[in-house]
Amino acid sequence: MEERPFSDISYAQFLNEEKLMGSRCKKCGALFLPPRSICTKCYGADMEWVEMKGKGKLVAFTCISVGPPFMIREGYDRAHPYCSGVAELEEGIKIVARIEGVDTTKPETIKIGTPLAVRYLHRGEADNMKTYLAFSA
Amino acid sequence: MQRKRKLGRGVAVVGAGMSKFGMYKDKDSKDLFVEAFSEMLSSVDKGADPNDIDALYLGNFTNDFWVHSAHWGPVISDLVGLIPKPATRTEGACAASALAFREGVFAIASGFYDVVLVSGVEEMSKRPTEEVAEGLAMATSSYEAEVGFTFPGVFGAVATAYFEKYGATREHLMNVTIKSHNNARLNPKAQFNLSIRDTMNSKIARAEKKGEPVPTWRDEKEFLRDPKANPVVAWPMHLYDCCPISDGAACMLLVAEEIAKNFTDNPLYVVGIGQGSGRALHAADDNTYFEATRYAAKEAYEMSGLKPEDIQFAEVHDCFSIAEIIHLEDLGFFKPGEGYKAVEEGLTRLDGPKPINTSGGLKCKGHPVGATGVSQLFEVWKQLRGEAGERQVPIKNLRIGAAHNLGGTGGTCSLTILERR
Repeated sequence: MEERPFSDISYAQFLNEEKLMGSRCKKCGALFLPPRSICTKCYGADMEWVEMKGKGKLVAFTCISVGPPFMIREGYDRAHPYCSGVAELEEGIKIVARIEGVDTTKPETIKIGTPLAVRYLHRGEADNMKTYLAFSA
Repeated sequence: MQRKRKLGRGVAVVGAGMSKFGMYKDKDSKDLFVEAFSEMLSSVDKGADPNDIDALYLGNFTNDFWVHSAHWGPVISDLVGLIPKPATRTEGACAASALAFREGVFAIASGFYDVVLVSGVEEMSKRPTEEVAEGLAMATSSYEAEVGFTFPGVFGAVATAYFEKYGATREHLMNVTIKSHNNARLNPKAQFNLSIRDTMNSKIARAEKKGEPVPTWRDEKEFLRDPKANPVVAWPMHLYDCCPISDGAACMLLVAEEIAKNFTDNPLYVVGIGQGSGRALHAADDNTYFEATRYAAKEAYEMSGLKPEDIQFAEVHDCFSIAEIIHLEDLGFFKPGEGYKAVEEGLTRLDGPKPINTSGGLKCKGHPVGATGVSQLFEVWKQLRGEAGERQVPIKNLRIGAAHNLGGTGGTCSLTILERR
């Protein structure tokens, strides 16, 4: 039985542990990813953790040539764009993530509907570790 | 059931002004605001005494980040001599000054004030581009920013979803860009007041002068397809799909309807005003529309008793070309999936049945984010009073115009409808 609070902080801790965790309302069954601590469908406050299987498909994407400073530091630039997108999971819920395993220099070849599997990108060490959610085509 | 929205008493616009938008090395927010304020004062046909202004509402997204100075309500109030009158800053990202306008309307409609100055200002160009982008990205959802989404990136993703659902392509986005530039060419306050054809000609002339290979684009679309001329920013958003970095300010004077004729014989009346909020990208059921725009539109139409077809022309928030297409649908001007066809058919051109972004839009007029909302209404003011010069909408008996403003990646949207009686 998982006792962590249903918060963005817990969500990030789970990503560090390579788990994609959402919350489900025990009263009406609504599923939330990232987790919510109250149900915005029925306003029930009794939630439970649910682990996502990490399988889905691509529903929207972009290949970014001009990124923010932290992506530039990772080595991305006009010659090396990165892909960010929206993944729809088998559980019927969507999440934004980095998308890997696609040719970002030929974005016209990337297809909506491409099957995806979850990946975890760890950056930094120990207490400073941060994990970014990714999916691989 | 939600009851029909209405104002406690009528509100009229009796004056409007805006600075020229652009990237200024030699002017700051204060200089631009004074420009807008002075033009607003001189636009009041029978004159207005600034001492009669009861309160100021100022839209500003993030002077805190870009200028490293916050709390600009009283700064601006002092700048134009309104101290000790109350000053309130509104923040709604790129819709900041639509919110200032709305708060000003409510303040008068409630009966509390009679004369209110509503305004917006933003100064962006003195920061390096990465810092401007970082500032803007603060208005995406934190989940999006964390996985690398930029503003153009979010709208790029929206475009791929729209393309997939409705069969539109990049070529359709180009029609928006070409149209916006054609309109901006006629707007002396626009940051880029030149057509795509003008841009091509000047690049050709420059190459000839320097003895470099002369580009051989056959038409505007070939220019826009050229990756050297129009590089990708966030696929499928290219440079010419994106609004620029801008500095600028805009002001409007609002008064209670019963005293409007003391200021001018030709006031404009606020007949519809709507605002909605939207979710992050992942939480929307579909990324091919903006829930907040639809809600704002519904509110404004219901309040005014008007339908989308009654709006004779509109300024629409085209931060990116795809946004204009989608908003044409969300505002009910065209059916979902038909916005791109309408633009292709020329229906939204200045001489078309539904002129959109006669100012040149955010793409060409410029987008100093906190000033944009009021500057859109400035264009509606100019058009409805027949003062738009070369870009005057050629529809006879022009009476009803609207401005749609979007903040963030759709988090805050508004629709304001003005009427000339």
